[in-house]
This record gives sequence, C-alpha cells and structure tokens, in this order.
Amino acid sequence: MDFNDTREEAVFRAEARAFLTANAEPKAGSRPVLRQSGVDAEAVKRCKAWQAKKADAGFAGLTWPKQFGGREASPILQVIYNQEEDAFVVPRGLYEIGLGMCIPTMMAYAKPEQLDRYVKPALRGEEVWCQLFSEPAGGSDLAALRTKAERDGDDWVINGQKIWTSGAHLSDFGIMVVRTDPNKPKHEGLTFFFLDMKSPGIDIRPIHQMSGARHFNEVFFTDVRIPDAQRLGAVGQGWKVSLTTLMNERLAVGDVQRPEVDDLVELARKVRIDGKPAIQNGAVREKIAEWHARSQGLKFTRFRTITALSKGETPGPENSIHKLVNASKLQDIASYGLDLMGAGGLVVDDDLAEAYAMFQSALLSSPSSRIAGGSDEILRNIIAERVLGMPSDIRVDKGKPFNQVPTGKR
Amino acid sequence: MNFDFSDDLKQLRDQARRFLSERCTPAVVRRSLDGQETFAADLWREIAEMGWIGAAIPEEFGGAGLGYEGLCVLAEEMGRAVAPVPFGSTAYLAAEAILTAGSDAQRQEYLPKLADGSLIGCLALSEGSGNPEPSAIHARVVGGRLTGTKWPVADGGIADIAVVVAIDEHRQIGLFVADLAGVRRRDLQTLDPTRNHARLDFDATPVQRLTSGGGWGSVQRVLDRAAILFAFEQVGGADACLQMAREYAQERFAFGRPIGSFQAIKHKLADMYVALELARSNAYYGAWALGADATDLALAAATARVSATEAFHLASKENIQTHGGVGFTWAVDCHLFYRRSKQLGLGIGSAPFWKNRLVDLLETRNVA
Repeated sequence: MDFNDTREEAVFRAEARAFLTANAEPKAGSRPVLRQSGVDAEAVKRCKAWQAKKADAGFAGLTWPKQFGGREASPILQVIYNQEEDAFVVPRGLYEIGLGMCIPTMMAYAKPEQLDRYVKPALRGEEVWCQLFSEPAGGSDLAALRTKAERDGDDWVINGQKIWTSGAHLSDFGIMVVRTDPNKPKHEGLTFFFLDMKSPGIDIRPIHQMSGARHFNEVFFTDVRIPDAQRLGAVGQGWKVSLTTLMNERLAVGDVQRPEVDDLVELARKVRIDGKPAIQNGAVREKIAEWHARSQGLKFTRFRTITALSKGETPGPENSIHKLVNASKLQDIASYGLDLMGAGGLVVDDDLAEAYAMFQSALLSSPSSRIAGGSDEILRNIIAERVLGMPSDIRVDKGKPFNQVPTGKR
Repeated sequence: MNFDFSDDLKQLRDQARRFLSERCTPAVVRRSLDGQETFAADLWREIAEMGWIGAAIPEEFGGAGLGYEGLCVLAEEMGRAVAPVPFGSTAYLAAEAILTAGSDAQRQEYLPKLADGSLIGCLALSEGSGNPEPSAIHARVVGGRLTGTKWPVADGGIADIAVVVAIDEHRQIGLFVADLAGVRRRDLQTLDPTRNHARLDFDATPVQRLTSGGGWGSVQRVLDRAAILFAFEQVGGADACLQMAREYAQERFAFGRPIGSFQAIKHKLADMYVALELARSNAYYGAWALGADATDLALAAATARVSATEAFHLASKENIQTHGGVGFTWAVDCHLFYRRSKQLGLGIGSAPFWKNRLVDLLETRNVA
C-alpha cells in the first residue's frame, strides 16, 4: 500500500496545480466556503469566465472524447483535478449538472450534428444546461411522473410541471423525461427530449427552502413545443435514457461539508460544561470519537475507490455509501454543536455566532442533503438490492396501465 | 495511490479463506463451544505449519517475513471463521510484545518458537474488571520473581508463556515474560467458550524483563498494534454475519415473499453494510500504518478499533434479528459471532476506553 501518484498522475497533478495557482486564489483560514444561497448575475459572470478559462486550458471535460474538447483521460485524472481544485476558491454551482449529466446523455443519444452544435459551447460554459426529471408526483418514484407530451405534426406539445430543477432560471437548455403514453405501464410510456429553456410557455419559479436558499425551481409547461428532432432515444424508451443520465452522477470526491469533526473539536475546546472545556466531558468525547471514525472511514473508502480508478477498474459499490453517511453525520454534528453552545446556539448574527454560524447553517441545510439526489431510504434500498442482492419490493403498480395506478391526495 | 492489498496478499487471503472454510467449519468451532476441547489443536498445528503465526515476524527470527499486511489479511479470515485457536494471543500480543519490547537475545529465544507453533503465547494484562490503565496493575516483580493475579487472560489456560504487565521494585510498569509451566491457573467460564480464558495466579514466579521497552507507553504500543490486527478479525466476523443474514433473507419466505424484499430487512442489511465498509476502510489504513510504522499509528489504531467494534456488534446482533426465532437457538451459528463480537470487543480494552484514547490523540494532534 502507498499513497503515491503514478508517474502519469504526478505529472498531471503538477500541471493542474500550476494552472490553479496561476489562475485562482487558494482557500485560506478556517472560515468555511459556504455554498452560495443562489447564483446571482454577478456570480454567473464569474462562473462563465472561470469555465472558459478552465476549458481553454484543457481541464474541463477531462474524460470526454477529444473531438469535443476533452482529453479522453482516465477518470482518475478527473479525481486528481477535483482534489487540486478543492484547495482553491473557484466559482461553482452552474455547470455540475449540465456537464456531469446532461451533456454525457446527449453524447450517448444525440445526432452528430447536434453534438457539434451543443457540446463545445456547454464545455466552455457559454450555454448552461439543466435537468428536468422530478415532479410533484414523481420524486423517489421518479417514473411516476405525469408531465405529458402529445405528438402534433413534427412537434411534441408539453403540458405539466417539473420540480427541484437546479439552475432552471439560469439555463439555456434542458433535458427532460415526460409521459407520452399513459395507457402503458409506468416505465414504458416515457420519452426523453432536450429543449430550449427560452421556449414560449415555460414559467420558472424559485423554491424558497427552509434554509433560506433558493437553489431549486418549479418549472411549469403550458403548450410548450419541442421538435421531434430533439427526441433522445426512441418513443417509449425514456426510462432507459434516464438511467444513462443518472449513472453519470459525479464521483463523490473530497466534497466534505462543514462543520466537520475538527470544527466540533475546536468548538468543544471553547465552550464549557460544568466549569471545564466541553472536550473534557466523557459524553462529548464519545460522540467526537464516533464521528471521527465515520469521517475517516469515508475518507479511506474514497481512497479505495481512487485506487480502483487508478488501476483502471470500475469502482465497486462501496462508493454508494458516501451521501448516506455524510448527510446524517452533518445533521447530527450540527445539532450536537448547537447543543454545546446552549442558548447562544440560537444566534446566527455574523458578529456573535460561534464558528461563523456554520453549525446553524448546517442544521437548516442538512435536511435537504438527506433527501436531494436520492433519499436515505432510497439509498438503503439501492445498497440492499444492487449490492447485497435482495429481491426488489413487490409493486402494486407493476404491469398496470399508468392511468389506472392509484394516486393519493398528496 | 495504491490503497489495496497486493495481488499476492489477496491470493494468500483467498487460500486462507478456502482452507479455513474446509478445516475450521462450524462443527470444529462447536467442539470448543461445547467443551469437548479447549481449542482446536489440530487446526492450530496446521496453521503453524503454513507459517501464518509468524507472518509478520522477520525471517531472522524464524518468521515468514510477509509483513503486517500479510498478517492483516490472515486476521480477517480468522475472524470470518470464528477460529477457536490462540492466533491473536500468540501472533498479535505475545510475539508483538517481544518483537517491540524485547532485546535481540529475547527475540531469538522466543520468536522462532512462537512462529513455528511450538510455544503458545498470551498477554496477561487485566486484573479483573476495568479497562487498561497503569493504576490497575498490582502484579509485582521483586528480585526477578512475579507475584499477583491476572484474569481474564485470553488463552491463559493453554499458553506456554505469558507476557505479563507488572510493576517492578520502583513501581515502574514493565513487560515480563513468564514460563507458565508450574503457574497455578484455572480456566474460566466466559461469554465466548470458543476461546480459552484463564485466571493465572503467580506466586514468586521467575520472570525475565523485556529490556528494550518499559513504562505504560510500551504496553499501550502493544495494544495499539494489536488493535489493528483484531480490527481485521472483527471485520472478517462482521462480513460473515452480513453474508449469513443476506442468504437467510433471500431464502426465508414470510407473507408469501422472501423477507429480503421487505424494506425493514433491506435497510437493516444496508446499515450493516455501511458500518462494515467504514470499518474495513479504517482497518486498511491501520494495515498501512502498521507496515509503515507511521507516526499516526496510534490514532489509526484507535479509529480502526472503534469502527470495527461497532461494525461487528451491529452485524452480529442484526444477523440474529434477521434470522428471527431460529436465530437465538443454540443450533444455529448466529450466536458464535455474537459471542465472538463481545470477546473481541472487550479483550484489549472496550469501546469507551478506545473512544477516550482516540480523542486524547486528536487533541494532541491538533495542538501539534
């Protein structure tokens, strides 16, 4: 065992670091770089400028084909780039979904002339993409979506509603899955498209989250027309195309949210229990030890994944545990840190709050982490079924025409 | 980055798994459980012949020189098989104590015999209830003779030599080697009868001091290193429990369907899997730290220990739960793991001890 790069990896790491050092500010101090609560016009400008610079230097779309501006690099180089970028303050939040999920789906299903048109502008960040999957009636049960598309000449006419669409209001294009045949069973009546987000009939409304952030949108469709040429995959094959999109979820690498265990240790040194620093309290120590073991376990599980990538192997299912463990740990550490602060933990004013109010902020943002991108429950099902081979659940909607499947009041 | 065992060691692990699945069947484990034998002596001889005991002992001292990563992969398989042999006591505790705290002459005297199985070793630390700490050590060596009582001592009833933690004339902690022939000892009944435990009564027993180590620091160093190796046994045991629960959940039907199709069972198994993977990853880092004698070995050990103890406890209890009624019968093997999980989890200090130590180490690290 060792933690060294191969020669090729070391050369690439040095190249990435040189690029970042020349073009970005290193992260400094212990103040957390919080996720922006919304990307405003200024931030969009910064994101676009950074993405263009990154693409021109050859660090965007590393694993993509050379014809689309990529390097056809092994996924390990993407991991290394991410590790290096993580040490710098760079604008984020605009391209992860488009480049991570939308364009890879396009590359699998779109026509060559469409790829010539769309891929490069996306890579340079000139055009922003979003993904329109979830609906009010289709979250964990995504295939229960109801937005309908009806054929009209060379077009499809879309009516319905999508929800939880990150960056819809900033996007130029989107990919979406809709229902084209409600008489077929749930998974069989779906079809996949890409569309211009400036099309008439699209109404985008931000969702105000409990944390105060506005990451997501509701997107309403009223007689929106999409040319049939923008269909990805055959009519009725939308579910299969969707799975391609979902398989392209970014590898979880180094994306640790704060407060982490070290933040809790620092806090426990400062606040007091019974006249002594809280860190001397046995109950507090026990909690810190348990979370440290979990954090380290995740870190070294990531190392195992990186090792598999480095050897050219496909990482095993151990990679599926990250979000499940991290999201709950974040919520628990946040809540426990506030408990240590006592009444002072209520205060979020920047000049008074402990630790830049990161515990308070995480308390309110962590519930969404346990739900977005696959809820804890769905992730456990995935581990049980795909990793451990448990039989799938018995479904009452199986084989039934979608329009005869029972629906609730919510 | 190469954070995985080499192909050679994976091959060794596979060989060990195959061998133990044939020679260390539940029927063999149950001979110790039911008191028909104190330990699986035939199996022990074969293990010795294959050179496993001395896997990490350097060749100059009669070992196989496979390094600690080799011993780690074997430890995982010992745990998986609930092996009723004094492997940990001999290889991770006695041999390690002599290797890290003994003089060259003492290493030459004992290590080849421990490696080839002609001597069984053990560590005599506990003196009744409570976790390891210097003030709990009352056994005393005066003029090269040891007096005091140690219990429970894992494999104390079958060992030939013990490394004993005792205080000297100057009330300093030391590690002493005692020949157990002639020492009064009594086997104890424990939660896990598949492993021998004894009470040792030393009465002016001649001992020799391990001269290259001394003080509580050298005791803790032995415990740290052993914690990583035992973590691999715990990981192996937890993995075995998860596999048992998986198979049962696929085959057992209730309400007209496999119980594994119920989310209550799926989520239980997923939680076992998550705990196991975290523990495995922490144990891997421990293996690296042992091999590299890393500066953060102690923290790596405490982390691996906390993680593995939690994973094995969770897996062994939820394996019983998944099995339902038959799970708590004597005839079904679930309880072998449940017992072993507690034996391993208590043996060299329990979870509260290691959690406290972990935070001690975190605090010093953050200051440094």
